[in-house]
Amino acid sequence: MDAFTTHTGTAVPLRRSNVDTDQIIPAVWLKQVSRTGFEKGLFAAWREDPTFVLNDPSYQGGTILVSGPDFGTGSSREHAVWALQQYGFRAVIAARFGDIFRNNSTKMGLLPVILPGDKVEALQSAVEADPKLEVTVDLVERQVRWADEVVPFEIDDYTRWRLMEGLDDIGLTLRHADDIATYENGRQPWLPTTV
Amino acid sequence: MGRTLAEKVWEQHVVRRAEGEPDLLYIDLHLIHEVTSPQAFDGLRLAGRKVRRPDLTIATEDHNVPTVLGPISDPVSKTQVETLRKNAAEFGVRLHPMGDAGQGVVHIIGPQFGLTQPGMTIVCGDSHTSTHGAFGGIAFGIGTSEVEHVLATQTLPAYRPKTMAIEVSGELPAGVTAKDLILAIIAKIGTGGGQGYIVEYRGEAVRKLSMEGRMTVCNMSIEAGARAGMIAPDETTFAYLKGRPHAPEGEAWDQAVEYWKSLRTDDDAVFDKVVEIDAASLTPYVTWGTNPGQGLPLGESVPSPESFSDPVARSAAERALEYMGLTAGTPLRQIEVDTVFVGSCTNGRIEDLRSAAEILRGRQVKTRTLIVPGSMMVKLQAEQEGLHEVFKAAGAEWREAGCSMCLGMNPDTLQPGERSASTSNRNFEGRQGKGGRTHLVSPQVAAATAVTGRLTAPADL
Repeated sequence: MDAFTTHTGTAVPLRRSNVDTDQIIPAVWLKQVSRTGFEKGLFAAWREDPTFVLNDPSYQGGTILVSGPDFGTGSSREHAVWALQQYGFRAVIAARFGDIFRNNSTKMGLLPVILPGDKVEALQSAVEADPKLEVTVDLVERQVRWADEVVPFEIDDYTRWRLMEGLDDIGLTLRHADDIATYENGRQPWLPTTV
Repeated sequence: MGRTLAEKVWEQHVVRRAEGEPDLLYIDLHLIHEVTSPQAFDGLRLAGRKVRRPDLTIATEDHNVPTVLGPISDPVSKTQVETLRKNAAEFGVRLHPMGDAGQGVVHIIGPQFGLTQPGMTIVCGDSHTSTHGAFGGIAFGIGTSEVEHVLATQTLPAYRPKTMAIEVSGELPAGVTAKDLILAIIAKIGTGGGQGYIVEYRGEAVRKLSMEGRMTVCNMSIEAGARAGMIAPDETTFAYLKGRPHAPEGEAWDQAVEYWKSLRTDDDAVFDKVVEIDAASLTPYVTWGTNPGQGLPLGESVPSPESFSDPVARSAAERALEYMGLTAGTPLRQIEVDTVFVGSCTNGRIEDLRSAAEILRGRQVKTRTLIVPGSMMVKLQAEQEGLHEVFKAAGAEWREAGCSMCLGMNPDTLQPGERSASTSNRNFEGRQGKGGRTHLVSPQVAAATAVTGRLTAPADL
């Protein structure tokens, strides 16, 4: 996956709550068997509305999405993460995230940043006032910075390390292949197999 | 101090624990379908990896499949299904393809084969994997990267979520179902209420639910934000499992039951959070908005956005009413629908079809009504019981098994502006087809609604 240390860019304010993964990438786009081309499906239905924020030229080139609470609820589709990344987003900031979406993001190197609701609002307002405002998402320092604001965020050490190194989980787990084999030998005998 | 059910099952599956790292958790069963697996198999191929335990993996075709007989007409859907067939053959994974007697929605076939058992860890690239927690295991949805991880290692690195008890005291009144219960729970705690938790559903009303009802409740845990929901196994669970193709037999059955009986939350265990629900106060529930938390008793009216004190909830309600084409103050019973859908991993099991048939028997539907069994085995059983004749006589369409109109990846969709009463799990914008409007309901309310053309409880007929 892509490594993430610190990123500075402009932001896109998405003033909606409960942005479910069906909105991020509608199901019709999930029929693809490749990993590319999902940027065209990002917010496909909402983008048909000319007033939708992604259609506003002042936010063009934004790389940090700043959303209302409960972003990424619903379906487990990792395609939502791929669509956001392929469109150009590096981080999503919200007060709350759907658990599966947040997990999927950290597997792909899209940084989900949890900030308090009032700070998210403040950032949205600041970006609306100045769409060219520089925003920094700093994973090393665990901070989001804009103008004079410095807002800390929490992320566990292990996930932060993986993201900063851009490490692939499978490779890490396979270092413990012996532990897996040992565990398998002790499994309860009645557990089913699909054979 | 005692342990909760979730803690017991989790601890049983820890392969490796190290300070400052997530636990490495063993996965007992991995369910696969065509939508979230192709890129995972590609990843294996690129890295030259195999499926570690094809014998703990099972695949089915469900999301894309048409529910009328014949081949898949959409070439993109067809490619996706064919890709699964190729991958299953190449990596040695058992597959139940379209037309096979074992084919069906992934969360229906696991329990039906007896592959879903108490105390197991079960994952699938699908958020409704929480369904399987009804048997007392930890079951949750994962993304494609994690699908690849489980294929390659049969494990997942994960932090144990916090624990939440949802205590449902008293008895559900007549005519109030498991679906109404879970819709009421989601309305109470919200779509984010369960974030970071494994929910254990407890209490008298939960104990009295059938396995089908328990699966309906656990299925929608994710709609309350919880990745997993579970119910302690008991005699109802054991009776459901006994004799199923993959359930243990003879001495192994006795050993298993003895262990399964230990899978309950200790009396002195402490949950991180407790939510209480009074079952006796519940009535049939329906959703009015565009997230599953926007639900109310059927006897109420469309709420006014001003009635929400929280500004986020208020603007969500404003937007939802606009999308849904509803006016505040309209009694929910006056909402007219164009389509009724009975099916999905939430309500596509035999008991759901029986309860819908009971209402439709001797009556006529006024709307397009799709009855989609959750699996070919459910379909066969329904036909053996003559339910299909009841549906057809009422003017409903009796279909083949699949996910169908739950998410509209196959041809079963709503047209823009069309409105449905649906037994599925999500009323998101466009979920059942672009511009479609969804009201989530129980199978009983769906059937009664089909008869009148307006949101209706069976008791109203």
